[in-house]
Amino acid sequence: MAAGLRLEKTSKHPTLQLAGETLVLDLCGGLWLPEHRTLIVSDLHLEKGSSYAARSGQFLPPYDTRETLACLHEAVIRHDPARVIALGDSFHDARGPERMEPGDRAMVAALQDGRDWVWIAGNHDAAVSEGVGGRYADALTLGGLLLRHEPSPGAAPGEIAGHLHPCGKVAMRGRAVRRRCFVTDGSRLVMPAFGAYAGGLNVRDKAIEGLFPKGFNAHLLGDGRVFAIGRAQLARD
Amino acid sequence: MAPTGAGKTLAGFLPSLVALAERGPQKLKPKGLHTLYVSPLKALAVDIARNLDAPIAEMDLPVRVETRTGDTPAHKRTRQISRPPDILLTTPEQLALLIAHREAAEFFSGLRCVVLDELHALVTSKRGDLLSLAMARLHRLSPGLAAVGLSATVREPDELRKYLVPQGPLPAPPSPNAPSKSHEEKVIPVVGPRAGPLSRSGEGQGEGRELSEGGAPETRGDPVPDPEPSHPSPQPSPARERGPVAPPMADLVTVAGGAKADLRMLDLGRALPISGHTAWHSMPAIYELIKEHRTTLVFVNTRLQAEYTFQELWRLNEDALPIAIHHGSLDAQQRRRVEAAMAAGQLRAIVCTATLDLGIDWGDVDLVVNVGAPKGASRIMQRIGRANHRMDEPSKAYLVPGNRFEMLECQAALDAVEEAAQDTPDARLGALDVLAQHVLGMACADAFDPLDLYDEIVSASPYADLTWESFEQVVDYVATGGYALRAYERFAKILRGPDGLWRVRDARTAQAYRMNVGTIVEAARVRVRLGRSLRGKPGTVLPKTGRVLGEIEDEFAETLTVGDTFLFAGETLRFEGLAEDECLVTRAPPDTDPAIPSYAGSKFPLSTFLAARVRALIADPFEWDRLPEQIGAYLQQQRRRSVLPGERDLLVETFPRGKRHYLTAFPFEGRLAHQTLGMLLTRRLERGGLRPLGFAANDYGIAIWTTRDVAERAALDPDFIGDLFAVDMLGDDLEAWLDESAMMKRTFRQCAVIAGLIERHHPGLKKSGRAVTISTDLIYDVLRKHQPDHLLLRAARQDAATGLLDVRRLGMMLERIQGRIIHRSLDRVSPLSVSVMLEIGRERVYGEGADEILAEAEAELLQEALS
Repeated sequence: MAAGLRLEKTSKHPTLQLAGETLVLDLCGGLWLPEHRTLIVSDLHLEKGSSYAARSGQFLPPYDTRETLACLHEAVIRHDPARVIALGDSFHDARGPERMEPGDRAMVAALQDGRDWVWIAGNHDAAVSEGVGGRYADALTLGGLLLRHEPSPGAAPGEIAGHLHPCGKVAMRGRAVRRRCFVTDGSRLVMPAFGAYAGGLNVRDKAIEGLFPKGFNAHLLGDGRVFAIGRAQLARD
Repeated sequence: MAPTGAGKTLAGFLPSLVALAERGPQKLKPKGLHTLYVSPLKALAVDIARNLDAPIAEMDLPVRVETRTGDTPAHKRTRQISRPPDILLTTPEQLALLIAHREAAEFFSGLRCVVLDELHALVTSKRGDLLSLAMARLHRLSPGLAAVGLSATVREPDELRKYLVPQGPLPAPPSPNAPSKSHEEKVIPVVGPRAGPLSRSGEGQGEGRELSEGGAPETRGDPVPDPEPSHPSPQPSPARERGPVAPPMADLVTVAGGAKADLRMLDLGRALPISGHTAWHSMPAIYELIKEHRTTLVFVNTRLQAEYTFQELWRLNEDALPIAIHHGSLDAQQRRRVEAAMAAGQLRAIVCTATLDLGIDWGDVDLVVNVGAPKGASRIMQRIGRANHRMDEPSKAYLVPGNRFEMLECQAALDAVEEAAQDTPDARLGALDVLAQHVLGMACADAFDPLDLYDEIVSASPYADLTWESFEQVVDYVATGGYALRAYERFAKILRGPDGLWRVRDARTAQAYRMNVGTIVEAARVRVRLGRSLRGKPGTVLPKTGRVLGEIEDEFAETLTVGDTFLFAGETLRFEGLAEDECLVTRAPPDTDPAIPSYAGSKFPLSTFLAARVRALIADPFEWDRLPEQIGAYLQQQRRRSVLPGERDLLVETFPRGKRHYLTAFPFEGRLAHQTLGMLLTRRLERGGLRPLGFAANDYGIAIWTTRDVAERAALDPDFIGDLFAVDMLGDDLEAWLDESAMMKRTFRQCAVIAGLIERHHPGLKKSGRAVTISTDLIYDVLRKHQPDHLLLRAARQDAATGLLDVRRLGMMLERIQGRIIHRSLDRVSPLSVSVMLEIGRERVYGEGADEILAEAEAELLQEALS
C-alpha cells in the first residue's frame, strides 16, 4: 500500500488527504474540495464529436458536449461550488467554442453564473482564451495544492493534474472491467477525464506508472460508488 | 468426367461460354463484360478461374477470363475497367466497389449474365444484403440481365429465386451515356429448366445442388419480353404493380443428389460425460479413422475446439501422420500452406472450423468427421458434402458427440439427413447499415435521383419492404449523420443539387468510401507473437524477436493476465503481456495444461429445427431404442427422479444445493436465446426479492441460483413460475437490458463501422484496430440517451433480434410454452439439471455486475491495509 495514504471506509464518494487538504473523490469524476468550496474537473474535451466531423468526415453523435455539461451540471447542483476549475483540455480543439451549439453555450453561461470559473490551459485548448466566460490561467495554487493540466515529471507533492485520462482495469474470472479512475500515491494525484467521448489510458502504462515510483492506488468510478483498487489488482491492457 | 469442383461451375458458365463462342473474337464486336461471377471466397474465384481456363483452352474459345479480388494489382484493375474481360470473377465487396465506380454504367452496360456461387451461404448475412443491392443496380444498368444462382439445397428455394430477380419495375439506367439495348444483345442462351447440357453437368457433382436461373430467358429470335408474370420484364413496365400476389421469381432447376451419404454416429460403447464439448474420449477412435482413410476432414465448431482436437490428435500421433490445422485466426500464409499441402494430397487430415465449410474442393477427401454438436441439419449436410465429390460413391461421415445431449442432437441430425430435411435460416430483412454504405457508394458512382434509387433498392428482395421514410432517413444519415441536432450540415458527405440529384461531396469522401467498403467487421484482433524469455532474467521477455503465430480476438486477449496459459496454433502458450498491437507469448514448458479454459461451446446456436427434434426424441420413450443405450438409461433416470417434458412443454426444476437455491429450465432454444433469457429472468427474480446471484446457460437450458428459495415462493403462489416466464418479459426489461448489454454494444459497433460512422481506414492515416480513435461504447451511451430512435440504433436492434441476442427466437419460445410449463420442486438436482449445472464455473457468470468485481478487488486492498 502506498505510503501516506489513509483509506477511509468505503463510501459512494470517498475522501482522502493530500498536502493537508481534504479531497472528495466524486463518483462523477470530479474532485470536491469542501474547505475551498471548489469543484475541479479535468479533460472535458467539449466539441470532440464536431471536431471529428470537421476534420475527418466522421459524424459522431453531436451530443457529447451537452452530455458532458449535463454531468457537470448534476455535480454543480449537488455541491453548489463557489469556484469551478476546469483542469485543461476543456475543448477538444481551439475552434471548439465556435462550433458550440447556442443551447450548450447557454448551459455553460448558466453554470458559470455566480461562480468563479477558471479555465486552466491544456494542450488541446491552449489557444482558447475568450468567448466562453470565466477566466484563464496556465496553473493555479489552492492552499497546499498546485493545479495544472500536465503532470510534471519527477516528484510533485501536492500536485493535481489531468491530461493522461487514467483508466484502471480489473480482470477476474474471465471478465474484465475497465473504468476511469483517480490515481494517487498520497502525494500527488491524477484526475480521470470528464468528457463523454474522452478515451482512457491504462494506469499500468509507463506514462502513469512513471509518476508514482513508490506505487499507487487507483480509485475506479464504478456504477454505484468509487472503488479503491491496489496496483497489484490492476491489470494491463 | 470433369475435374473435381468443375461440375457445377461449368453448369453455371456453359450458357456464357456458348454465347461468347458465338459472339466471336472481340475485335469484331463491341467489347465489354459479358459474364460476372461472384463468390463468397476470394480463393474460390481464383480456383474457378483456373478450372475455366482449361476447357476454354481445349475448345479454343475466344474468351478472356480474369479475376478481380483485393489482391489484384492497381494497374490490372485500371486495365480491367478500360478493357474488360469477357468473364470476370470476383467477390461481393469488389462488386460493390465496381458499381460505385464512375465508369460503372459503361462497364456493365453489355453485361448479359451474373453467376452467384454458394448463394445459400451468401444470403444469410449482411454480405448478402450488400450483394442484393449490387444486383439491383446491375439489373438496372443492364436490363434483361440473366442471373444464375448456384446453391446447396435449402429449405425455402423461393427466397433465393426472389433474390435473383427484381421485385419491382426498375427505372431506366441512370447514365444518359448508357448505350441503348439492341436486339442483338438480347440473345441470351436459354438454360431451360432441365435442359440437356445443364442437367448433365449437374448430375456429375452429386451433392444435391440446385441451380436457379433467372432474368429474362428469351430465346434467340424471340426478342419480345416474356409476358409471364414470373419472368420479370427486362424493361420497366409501369403496368406491373408490386403487390402481395406472386412476387417475381427465377426459374428453379433441382439436381437430384447422387448416392446417399454413409453417415453414422461414432459409438464408443461407453458412457459419455453429461457436459463438455471437447469429445476427448473419442480422440483415439478419430485417430484410428484417420489412419484407415486416405484423407480426413475433421470439422469442429470453434477455433479453440480446433486447437484442442489438433493437440490431442498429435499426442496420439505415433505414426507421425501429416495432420494439419486450419482456422480463421491463423496467419494467412500458414493457411495457404495448409491448403496447398492439402490440394497436393500431402496431408492425411485437417482439423478445421467453418472456414472450410465452403469452397475449394479438396480432391481426395474420403472421410468427414464432425466433432461436437451438429447444430443444424443443413450445416451438417454441407460439411458431409466436402467428402468425395463423386456422384457414384457415397460421402462417408461420422458425427462425434461430446456429451449425452450432443448424442441426442446427433441422432436428430442423422434423422434429418435421412429425410433430407433442411433447416437453413429464414430470408433476411435487409440491414439499414448496409443500405447506408450502398447509398454513399451510389453517390460516388454518379449523381442519383432519390426516387429512382428508391425504386431500384426496393427491387432487391431483402429490401422489398423498405419504406420511403426509412430510405429518406438513410439518405439523411449518409449526408449529415441523421441527427435531430443539425450540427453537421456544413460538412455533408452528399449534397443535393438544384436539379434534385444527390452528389458526393468530394474525392476524399469517395476515397474514404472505397477504403471502407464491405460488411465483414472483424472483431478487433491482436497479433500473437512468439517472444523469447531471457534465461538470466526470469520474467523478462524480448519482444519483436519471434514470429507471428496468428491473431486472437481483442476480447479474449482482454481477459488474459500475465502467466496465463492457453492453446493457440497447436501449442500451449504463456501470455506475457500486450505490447502495442501485439500479444506477446512464450512457449509454455512441455506438458503444461492450458489454464484458460477453452471456450469450447458452440459458436452456432442449435437450429430451431434440430431443437424441436431433440425435444421430440426426449418426449417419446419409444424413440429411445434408436439411441445409444446409455442415453435411454439417462432419460429413464430423469423420468424416475423428476419428469420428462412433452414435446412442446417447458420443464422447470427447483432444488436446493449447498446454501443456494437453484432454478433450471430447458427450453432447447440455443445458447444465445438462453443467455438473453437468463438476463431477463435474473431481473425478474431480483424484483421479486429472491436475490439471484448468477446464471449459466448452454444450448439446452439455463440454471439460475438465488439466495432465497424459489420453490417456497412457487408453493405459496401457484402462478409464480408461469408469471416468471410470461411473454411480457420482452417488454421493458428487455429494453433496459439491451441498453447496457455488452453484446448490444458489440452489435452497435458493427453497424457503426458498416454504415461508415466509424471509418476503419482513413485516407492518409494508418490505424490499427486497437488504436481506434474513439470507443463506440461511449458513442452508444451518448446516442441512446440523446436520440434513441437514431437509424444506427434501429439497425443494431434489428440485428439483435436475430443475431447475438436471438430475441426473436426467445419470443417464439415464450409463446410456445405459455400454459405448458411443468414445474417440479425437487430435493436435489435431477439428471437433466446436472448437465447445465456443470456449465457453472466453466462459463462466465453473467449475473455479476461490474461493481461486484470491483468490490472484490477492493477487498484485497482493504485486507492488505489491515494486515
